[in-house]
Amino acid sequence: MLRNSALVCASIILASGLVAAQPDVTVDTSQLKGPRLLEEQTKAAAIRDYLESWQGMNEAFQQNQPSLLDEDFIGAARDKLADTIDEQAKAGIQTRYQDRAHHIQFLFYSPEGLSIELIDDAECDVQVLDHDKPVSTVPASSRYIVVLTPAEVRWKVRVMQADSK
Amino acid sequence: MKQTLPFLLAGLILAIMPVAHAQDETFNVPRSIEAGSAFSIQNAGSGEAALYIVGPGQVLKRTVQLGTSTYFPAGSICNAGHYVVILAQGSGTTTRSFDVTPVSAPASLSFFAKPSRLPVGLHDGITGAVYVFDVYHNLIVAPTPVSFELSSPSGAVQKQQVSTRDGAAWTTMDSTSQQGSSKFVAQAGDVSSTSIIRQVPGDPCDLKVSAQPSGQQLDLQTAPVRDCSGNAVPDGTIVTFTETYPGGQSTVDVPLKRDIAEVKMPARDGATITVASGVVLGNQIRWGK
Repeated sequence: MLRNSALVCASIILASGLVAAQPDVTVDTSQLKGPRLLEEQTKAAAIRDYLESWQGMNEAFQQNQPSLLDEDFIGAARDKLADTIDEQAKAGIQTRYQDRAHHIQFLFYSPEGLSIELIDDAECDVQVLDHDKPVSTVPASSRYIVVLTPAEVRWKVRVMQADSK
Repeated sequence: MKQTLPFLLAGLILAIMPVAHAQDETFNVPRSIEAGSAFSIQNAGSGEAALYIVGPGQVLKRTVQLGTSTYFPAGSICNAGHYVVILAQGSGTTTRSFDVTPVSAPASLSFFAKPSRLPVGLHDGITGAVYVFDVYHNLIVAPTPVSFELSSPSGAVQKQQVSTRDGAAWTTMDSTSQQGSSKFVAQAGDVSSTSIIRQVPGDPCDLKVSAQPSGQQLDLQTAPVRDCSGNAVPDGTIVTFTETYPGGQSTVDVPLKRDIAEVKMPARDGATITVASGVVLGNQIRWGK
């Protein structure tokens, strides 16, 4: 009986943890500009890869491992994030970007199909740890402008730039 | 003792409140700064504290003396983005946030032009898309004028002026009627990026073949093969000669050489000879009876 209860509790905790890890996502294509049609499959792949890039970024910043960016980021976005990780590693800082919600608005699909631009009104919790000691957790709402470009098998983030909502 | 305790508590609250209030009011962070520019953060109180400026684009940590202004020289934060500022003293923290905006002057462009090679005379056949960046490679999101210019080998120029929307601009252009290399230039401010577009002749137009008897053979030769704009179709383009005669058919593929294709085929009475290149059909010759 006790064992069963423990299993149920563990399942609930695990399930709630998994639910918490999944951010709310809404998608809007009504503002899309450009002569090229954004196919449903392309849209789904871009969203999937972009959301995965947040996980990759979070892990890279949490572990201070720039190589964890390689799968999701490319070009200037990758270089800038890697530089930031180097800076925070030198300062003994770790950061955690736990995304809670993404309101994604597709803006532009370039005519030759080599870039997709979107805006993401993202809500996340930024946690700062200094030498493994939590300093603060700050809820942040930012508007990210993101440019994705196709790589071998997935869309990668080439530009990721935020400002206040 | 019972009477003194509330007074002590009230005194303690009053003593703490103004400090906390003052710290809130005097922890002044600029609302936004331009990338790369100098800025200061003011804070009140006394003693030492740790100041963190955190964003995916950059992270800074400073040990600051409360009650003073912390100066960040030009170049301290160059990556545009939204930054969280945390002032931590002991177990207490105060947070603020600010934006770093891109420099307004364009310094580089990402220019995608397609295709690199296309036939002449194609409406909206060439597309160009551009993203405009500042000197720190931040995407300039404020509307920025961009001009696109396609100059053909003959000197004819197509121009279009557009404004970026959230950092991006695009255009379409017609390929010109003359074959050769065209320069496709995107320009924003003093910065430009050039792509070379090679325009090649289109499909053959008005394919004509003539036949001359030569013993038991026919010498078949096309007239110089041109596209519909008069450009010579490139050597190597395949021209297909087909001879259909009672009881059979023979076909020969011949590459163009110096604008013409020629071949010898048996002269059969009652044969019909046709010529084609790609989807273009030429004239038909009937030989003999």
